[in-house]
Amino acid sequence: MKPNKKVYMVGGYNTISLGTGRKEFNPKVERHGIEHYLKEAGQGVLNQIGGAQNVDDGVIGNFMAARFNNQANLPGFLPMIDAGLSMKYGTSVEGACGSGGLALQAGIRNVLSGASEVSLALGVEVQNTMKAIYGADVLAGAGWFQKRKAGHAYFFPGQFSERAGAYFDKYGKEKARKGMSRWYANAIENARLDPTAQEYHNATADPYSACFKMEPNGKSFVDNLNVLDCSKVSDGASGIAICSEEGLKRIGFAKSEAAEVVSFVQSVRDITQDPTDLTVLEAIKYAANKALEEAGISVHQLATAEVHDCFSIAGILTVEALGLALPGEGCDYVFQGNTARNGIMPINTSGGLIGWGHPTGATGVHQAVTIWQQLTGRAGAYQVNIPEDRPYGMTINMGGDDVTISAIVYKRG
Amino acid sequence: MKYEERLQNVTVLGAAGKMGSGILLLTAVEMADLSLLPENRNKTYVLNAVDVSDEALHGLMGYLKTQIRKIAEKKTMLLRNFYADRSDLIENFDIIDEYIFDVLNIVRPVNAMEVAYQSHIIFEAIKEDPALKVKIFAQIKENSKVNPWFFTNTSSIPITEIDEMAKLDGNIIGFHFYNPPAVQKLVELIRSKHTSNELNDFAVTYAKRLKKTLVPSNDYAGFIGNGHFMRDALYGMQEAQKLASSMGYVQAVYAINKVTQDFLIRPMGIFQLIDYVGIEVCSYIMSVMNPYLENEDLHAELLDIMLAQGIKGGQYSSGAQKDGFLKYEKGRPVAIWDIHKQEYVSIADYSQAVDEKLGTMPTSMKPWKGVNFNKQKDEMLQAIFQEMNQMNSEGALMAKAYNKRSNEIGHLLVNSQVAHSENDVNTVMLTGFFHAYGPINNYLL
Repeated sequence: MKPNKKVYMVGGYNTISLGTGRKEFNPKVERHGIEHYLKEAGQGVLNQIGGAQNVDDGVIGNFMAARFNNQANLPGFLPMIDAGLSMKYGTSVEGACGSGGLALQAGIRNVLSGASEVSLALGVEVQNTMKAIYGADVLAGAGWFQKRKAGHAYFFPGQFSERAGAYFDKYGKEKARKGMSRWYANAIENARLDPTAQEYHNATADPYSACFKMEPNGKSFVDNLNVLDCSKVSDGASGIAICSEEGLKRIGFAKSEAAEVVSFVQSVRDITQDPTDLTVLEAIKYAANKALEEAGISVHQLATAEVHDCFSIAGILTVEALGLALPGEGCDYVFQGNTARNGIMPINTSGGLIGWGHPTGATGVHQAVTIWQQLTGRAGAYQVNIPEDRPYGMTINMGGDDVTISAIVYKRG
Repeated sequence: MKYEERLQNVTVLGAAGKMGSGILLLTAVEMADLSLLPENRNKTYVLNAVDVSDEALHGLMGYLKTQIRKIAEKKTMLLRNFYADRSDLIENFDIIDEYIFDVLNIVRPVNAMEVAYQSHIIFEAIKEDPALKVKIFAQIKENSKVNPWFFTNTSSIPITEIDEMAKLDGNIIGFHFYNPPAVQKLVELIRSKHTSNELNDFAVTYAKRLKKTLVPSNDYAGFIGNGHFMRDALYGMQEAQKLASSMGYVQAVYAINKVTQDFLIRPMGIFQLIDYVGIEVCSYIMSVMNPYLENEDLHAELLDIMLAQGIKGGQYSSGAQKDGFLKYEKGRPVAIWDIHKQEYVSIADYSQAVDEKLGTMPTSMKPWKGVNFNKQKDEMLQAIFQEMNQMNSEGALMAKAYNKRSNEIGHLLVNSQVAHSENDVNTVMLTGFFHAYGPINNYLL
């Protein structure tokens, strides 16, 4: 959808993505709960936009606090972030790993409806409350529960392993794994530049070889993915303010300091139906291309994009869905370095889900924060060049196996 | 009788002890896995956990529950196949919980030994007391109608002797797990003169199913593991006593412990290892082994002194280390028992002086942890010991002498036909004692 009036995003904030890989992570020591992350991210945004009195509503994107943290009724945490949000409109949205994207979509709609001039969009997930083998059950809720029994112990890695297997069969395993390993290496190299990234401390000398040499093993994990092909278990939150022109004035930001939302598409695919072609992310393809079309730009006009690489194969398939490469050639496109930070189309410049981390409900918001930072020159060490003639960025957030998709195109404000 | 039939009714004696609980856990899991196979679904599997202490049996069930969960979490993929036909078990949560129940449901904790009369297999992990073992085995043999096989976990008593004294007709085998059985890969397998091939084959299959590293040892008191460890420990204690006259007792114990740990790159120093096994246990094992040894006296005066002073070492049921030669805080040695003052003396008071006396270590030196799990372990050891060979510091000389003695013990075990090969000796020390290198080595001159 094309906004019927100007909408901007500004004041993004990320907590660290905590989990294995971070030096401060110790599974045996008690860690912060969901409250801590919401508070840090929420206050991180409010501090930039002049406080809670400037905010009209809050939306929290979260996937499974009800199971990971035994916590529901998340809107009730908005006033905990700042008493200034007390008695104001608050809601929470859920669409699995696409929940963060839904928070953005909801915030945009709140502003477009005229109900709010400034909406606070947050995403949060605290998943290290249980071991991965049990976390896999919780995350499997992103799929159709009636398929759980026949699924893999690690349900989602199992689903995407099947996609990788189909891709291997159709286009060749070696070149696919080369592209997937380069994807991993890019993720790590980018994450090393962002102090909040889960892989910030990763010191692997040659991440490409580390991934390529680690042959997938179905006996210990899944048939077609190794653990490096997968995003990790993360705790984290992200937040960003969504404003009208009026709202932007209220919080005292210039348009040039904000990212303008040029188009926003949200689309869902029937969760009870298997993908028609395992080598195609059909819903992502639809949403991403519709968003580009409505923005009136071609994919080549993007300066950078944040895509949903819960698994490296999902990254490759998204490259193809975007039309950056023909079917079967996404792996080559990535292997050749086109999506690396110095490539023609830098993707996931702060590490993406594999490098920065994947606190599931927060991911969609984290993507928007990165694009806002890149378009406004706030990305610090991970800043990439945003060419004058390509002032656009894009986020693609996915819930489940190509089910709940948010695609947003942004332009330097 | 087929493998899985034998395992339908099993008893573990001393099931709540340190060794018994591990053996029980592994056996319970193996039996449960057999019971979950489609062809065995209508059979009942029974594992009697026999122990004299009700209190310990109470603790045992808690231990089992925790450990089975850990095992289940590691093999959830396999378990999902086991329970594929159970439509009520969907999530990993459900499946793991059901498996824990299914394993525990095999175990019968009890303090009456008579339940063993129905069992085809008896695992024994009671006190290292030959007379007691013989008495119990004879009683079971006499009362059982199923002519069971006995698996003894003895680490020192000759199997043939137990066999003949209890009149077991070869229905016994030494199956010596290392501590803790659930973690340690090594099992020493010792046949009595009369052990049948059928029993031996079963033991080999069982060990294989448990993914254990099996090292056959000949039937000499102490076998390979204690054959090396007890002599090695005796040498360490004797060296410390010699050294005490020149540097003081606690300083000497500290020095020997440091040389055996740091200079020889072992997981722990020899005095810490004695504490780990238990001073009383070490003393008892030596006394069991000693009568069988020719031309040597395996008796440590220092152990007698410690026991007379009431210091026993060993572990609490939680696995925490009790104080022995060394006093421990959070698992780390902080003081040493002074047999003259009869009190612990803080290591901090003399460690610097003794460290200086021992002299510098090779520059390439790395602690055991950094060496043992390194892919370039052999190259690292080569470099460290090559450097040490050039050194004449007190510490380096002591390390070389210690290694030489360890080497001699290794050869003695092969020459006296306790071990079948040099390789078997090294395997036992590498896997059972987690040494980074075997006693039979060419590293030190």
